[in-house]
Amino acid sequence: MLDQVPYQAAWAIFLLPLFSFVIISFLLRPFFNHQPKLSGQVTMAAIGLSFLLSVWVLWSVITQGALSIPEVTWVVIGDTTIKLGLMVDPLAAVMLIIVTLVSLMIQIYSQAYMDKDPGYCRYFAFMSLFTGSMLGLVLADNLVQLYVFWELVGLCSYLLIGFWFYRPAAAAAAKKAFIVTRVGDFGFLVAILFLYSRTGTFDIATLHHLAVAGVLSGTALTWAAIGIFAGAVGKSAQFPLHTWLPDAMEGPTPVSALIHAATMVAAGVFLVARLFPLFAHSPQAMTTVAIIGGFTAIFAASMGLVMNDVKRVLAYSTISQLGYMMLGLGAFGLAPAIFHLFNHAFFKALLFLGAGSVSHTTGTFDMREMGGLGKAMPWTYATFLIASLSIAGIWPLSGFWSKDEILTSAWGEQRIMFYLAMITVFMTAFYMFRVLFLTFGGEYRGGQHAHLHESPKVMVVPMVVLSILAVGSGWLNITGRFGHFLGEGAIGGWEHIFTIFAHPLPWISLIVAILGILLAYMMYSTKRLSAQAIGQRFSPFYTLFSKKYWFDELYEQIFVVRILVDGLFRVLHLFDSRAVDGAVNGMAEGTIAAGSCIRKAQTGQLQLYGLAIIIGVIIITGSFLGIHFWGG
Amino acid sequence: MSIGLEHYLALSSILFCIGLYGALAKRNAVMILMSIEIMLNAVNIALVSFSRYIIPQVVVLTGQVFVIFIMVAAAAEVAVGLAIILAIYRQRETVDAGEIDLMKW
Repeated sequence: MLDQVPYQAAWAIFLLPLFSFVIISFLLRPFFNHQPKLSGQVTMAAIGLSFLLSVWVLWSVITQGALSIPEVTWVVIGDTTIKLGLMVDPLAAVMLIIVTLVSLMIQIYSQAYMDKDPGYCRYFAFMSLFTGSMLGLVLADNLVQLYVFWELVGLCSYLLIGFWFYRPAAAAAAKKAFIVTRVGDFGFLVAILFLYSRTGTFDIATLHHLAVAGVLSGTALTWAAIGIFAGAVGKSAQFPLHTWLPDAMEGPTPVSALIHAATMVAAGVFLVARLFPLFAHSPQAMTTVAIIGGFTAIFAASMGLVMNDVKRVLAYSTISQLGYMMLGLGAFGLAPAIFHLFNHAFFKALLFLGAGSVSHTTGTFDMREMGGLGKAMPWTYATFLIASLSIAGIWPLSGFWSKDEILTSAWGEQRIMFYLAMITVFMTAFYMFRVLFLTFGGEYRGGQHAHLHESPKVMVVPMVVLSILAVGSGWLNITGRFGHFLGEGAIGGWEHIFTIFAHPLPWISLIVAILGILLAYMMYSTKRLSAQAIGQRFSPFYTLFSKKYWFDELYEQIFVVRILVDGLFRVLHLFDSRAVDGAVNGMAEGTIAAGSCIRKAQTGQLQLYGLAIIIGVIIITGSFLGIHFWGG
Repeated sequence: MSIGLEHYLALSSILFCIGLYGALAKRNAVMILMSIEIMLNAVNIALVSFSRYIIPQVVVLTGQVFVIFIMVAAAAEVAVGLAIILAIYRQRETVDAGEIDLMKW
């Protein structure tokens, strides 16, 4: 009875948070604003219920296979019918768990973190909408529906990054996030329309079959896949559209946690995974995905090495980890990539919640003003340590399992990318432990009279839950069960066998990671190596990294100012002022000129008018007579 | 030579043309008004003669009744027209139609 979940449950999963958004914004905020706690409770209840339903759905998918859900007709335009349907397959079921679980933890944490904020209601309204949109995206069974939720996710990230919109930096970051991701979304939209013009369908399952059957192939498939990937690059902050993510730190910390772990950036990886057959049958597209992913991984990690803001380090670490996932996808490792997404969601959410907890006490995110927090905040310290070990890939925590599966895939498919990924492993371990030592180790550097204390239980409990997951989630795939569940090798085309124990690679990467931790330990804990001295020795690199490779400047100065503002916008402005305004003004001027010609006839002389009437009558009568007598 | 419809119509046309010329060419507003009266009467002649010659057997005085109506309307029109001309004269010290051009552009 409990095995087969009714299909209404799948609808409820994403409709509940959307419903909670409606209740909060149209009922609670106008009428119950004096009880802001209510909105948080509604959000938690909705997402909690979604989580329980997701567990049920997952169980059903494990035991009974993918759910079939009757479609609803949405739009009919001519011969085109766009359906509204849900696709509940193993991939979607796993994503549902990630999104609802992480989001639920973050909502609980936010109860305390956002306490006393004047925008409390608004915050939870947006959080509900964000979670609901992501769940809708995960469940969508056709590209149009997916695209709608895709944009909704983008909109919510805009609203939440700019949550403290009265701070100029937050407003700018929100705009940047929205616009930069839009660049990628354009590619995605073009790809959707292109696929439709080729195949006449938006349905994802049909597109899968077409790609597997070889109907959709060659250059067309490659371009479609690359267009879709462009969307994923924007959302998942891959090179070269990565610049928005570090700036997105202007939002409240739980928002960053949600964006980085479960919703926004996961959408890009999910998209590639969702349309994986399209990629898998185009070698060029796969190579592109792998190269962008592998490059982004090391590129972002290098910038993470030198940042002084905890959240920025975490932001670059997210970009880098997403790069891993893309690399995994590009190396035909669908299951490892999703598995890494799954594990990453827990430890990255945990890291952000830890950073939020630290700043809740110290009031800053700058690591130079922290230190020695381990004693005052034992819970935060312990959970942060677990998350750091996990992201660094230390056995037996979850990061180890999934990251090394990706590395194994890369070893088989993209050898150069594998070496880059190996360096990234070292960098990841180093920068995470740099954060850990600077924040929790040593002496407190942030002034004398600071009252350091552990965060309230409401914040600690979600962190503990997430840290248990960060420890345990990696074990799920020890027998390859997770991979089999995701259809590894079943659909054909991308067979991959987990060789985690048979291969020496994981052990090498483990040693590399430990070396990274040791270096961080020597530089920032025992101070045996001077960070300044090393920074000076490699000062060109240090400048390069800390200036973020000048990408912000490049986009700002060259792309936006030179090309857009000076070039394109000027041309458009000319077109507007000359062509569009010219047409409108010309119309008016033409009418005036014509009027001033004709009005000369208006003499005010009655007799002249009379004469005109007579002449008219004569002409009319004459022509009638003429027709009567001669015209016949 | 007996007098027939054509003669009456010719008279009517001549009168109409005289009236038309006066209405279009005279400067004095009173003269224009009088010319219009001439035109109306020219039409009256035509109406009566048509009524008399086209349907002589039937005693239906359609044309004649029409003429009575036109005369009534013309009398009223003269009354109003002269009043207007008087009013204009009081305002502008002239009844020259060429100078009454308030509607000029």
